[in-house]
Amino acid sequence: MGIAEFFQHLMNGLTLGGIYALIALGYTMVYGILKFINFAHGDVLMVGSYAGLFIYNALRGDSPLGPWVLIAFFLAMLASMAISAVLGMSIERVAYKPLRKATRLAPLLSAIGVSFILSNSAAWAFGTNSKKFHYPFDNTPFTFKGVVITPHQILILSVSVVMMIILKLFIDRTRMGKAMRATSLDQQTAMLMGINVDRVISLTFAIGSALAAVGGILIALDFKVYATMGTMTGLKAFVAAVVGGIGNITGAMVGGILLGILETFGVAVFGIPSGLKDTIAFGVLIIILLVKPAGLLGKDEKEKV
Amino acid sequence: MFNFFLLILIYSGIYALMALGQNVITGYGGMLSLTQAGFFAIGSYATAILSTRFGFSFWATLPVAALFSALCGLLIGLPTLRLKGDYLAIATLGFGEIVRNVLNNWDSLTRGPMGIQKIPMPKFFGFVINPYTKYAFLVMVIIFVAIAYFLFQRLARSRMGRALAAIREDEIAAEAMGINTTKYKVYAFILGAAVAGVAGSLQAVFTLSVTPGTYTFMVSVMVLCMVVLGGMGNFKASILGAFIIQLISYFPQLTGLTSVIPPQFKQILFGLILVVMMIWRPQGLLGREEIRYGNEEGGKS
Repeated sequence: MGIAEFFQHLMNGLTLGGIYALIALGYTMVYGILKFINFAHGDVLMVGSYAGLFIYNALRGDSPLGPWVLIAFFLAMLASMAISAVLGMSIERVAYKPLRKATRLAPLLSAIGVSFILSNSAAWAFGTNSKKFHYPFDNTPFTFKGVVITPHQILILSVSVVMMIILKLFIDRTRMGKAMRATSLDQQTAMLMGINVDRVISLTFAIGSALAAVGGILIALDFKVYATMGTMTGLKAFVAAVVGGIGNITGAMVGGILLGILETFGVAVFGIPSGLKDTIAFGVLIIILLVKPAGLLGKDEKEKV
Repeated sequence: MFNFFLLILIYSGIYALMALGQNVITGYGGMLSLTQAGFFAIGSYATAILSTRFGFSFWATLPVAALFSALCGLLIGLPTLRLKGDYLAIATLGFGEIVRNVLNNWDSLTRGPMGIQKIPMPKFFGFVINPYTKYAFLVMVIIFVAIAYFLFQRLARSRMGRALAAIREDEIAAEAMGINTTKYKVYAFILGAAVAGVAGSLQAVFTLSVTPGTYTFMVSVMVLCMVVLGGMGNFKASILGAFIIQLISYFPQLTGLTSVIPPQFKQILFGLILVVMMIWRPQGLLGREEIRYGNEEGGKS
């Protein structure tokens, strides 16, 4: 494999991984605070993508490619982030909050129910045909030192890097971020320290869902929008979160990028048939669970009585 | 109309078998498995392939289907069951998808998306159990459900049933009491898989053809829904849940409203059932079956 080819696969892996990382953040943040897997996360992503698509199409109208289309795209993205955030918060309020004191199985089952409701309602409302999300720019690839790069890939990399930096700053530097960290460390104590835990949880869902919407739109540009788009993507993003160490925000970013690279190289270099591409993520999950269940950056925690 | 009702009963029976298995895993063991569809598919394909390619009779394929499903249950269970329950849900979900992926892609064995047709009907001492006439088939399914129910009911009262209940209530305490938690969890998983494999065999000889499209994630959620709706940890309730859910899913055809009710209606309803039951009635319609030990009936158990 030549050096150019290596960088080509790396580039493809990085962009795929950037998207996984964005979505994985939602899983990991919720897990960090509520200790349960939000099965509906992938479907929030799907709703966000639909919202983004409709708003983008409405704003764009028939205008030809140009600065306005790009602005429309980013406006649509912001709007769909807001919509998804509200959706995520409402799901939490309706389906998970009453179950906070229930058995561990209850919120999981409820989440599966929510996921089913969302994906099937979407299929009913928007039809089962996938809808094309047109690029807001001319997506002709260009070659840089032998590596073929599409403008879409640059969009993915820049958007995901910006989002992750903002999130990291928010969590590490702001008061609310500190409250989130405290809540994930120990909910009871955080409450005693005067932190409004309910608000922190709501905010966690809002942020996670907004990031999922961004991830969804970025994927949709390549793979269209359809009602079940969240299932496989969500599953893989979850694997990414586990690989990085679930509950760990930096871990989700690392895990996402790592998974993207593994998947690209698995097909391109190790010759795994692309029909079984989805199986790679699953294999990675099993191996990580066996070798280092806490994930790459997670701390090994013994369950205490 | 009556014929259609028989069909619903037969499907209720087939799904009740899967629900019984799910109940052992989720209701008794407290583990969330989302892969009954995978084992169901394995059972169906085992029967389909063995009877069309190798001329096995239905009765000969049954144990193979059960064993093969159980083996897959062991394979998927061993690595994941040592971990916390949430991982299990995802891992099993992935397993179900992989099974379907393999069925779709392994053309030489499974004929890919086309599936396998012309599966021979089962014979019982020369009597052909023809799925088109339904009565005989219904009797066969009921016998299977009855056997499974009886066995599982005994199981719940055995050492294993008590061990699983202890694991569900508090795994660490159970371990401290000397229960080999991994062993019993894997056992539960294997049993659940085996019975789903048998259900798959029945499905194969009922529809006489198998295609990968039948064994979607929806099936797993439906089975889960049956157990949750009836009541976790209660085998009667699983059978009741299977019947109600089948009735719901054929409701549009039953009432002739297929043109009014969108095809997604039942799935949305299943989702709602899961959420609503969890919030307002987590114990299910019938509730958990309390098993009494001790001597109130003179040692009769």
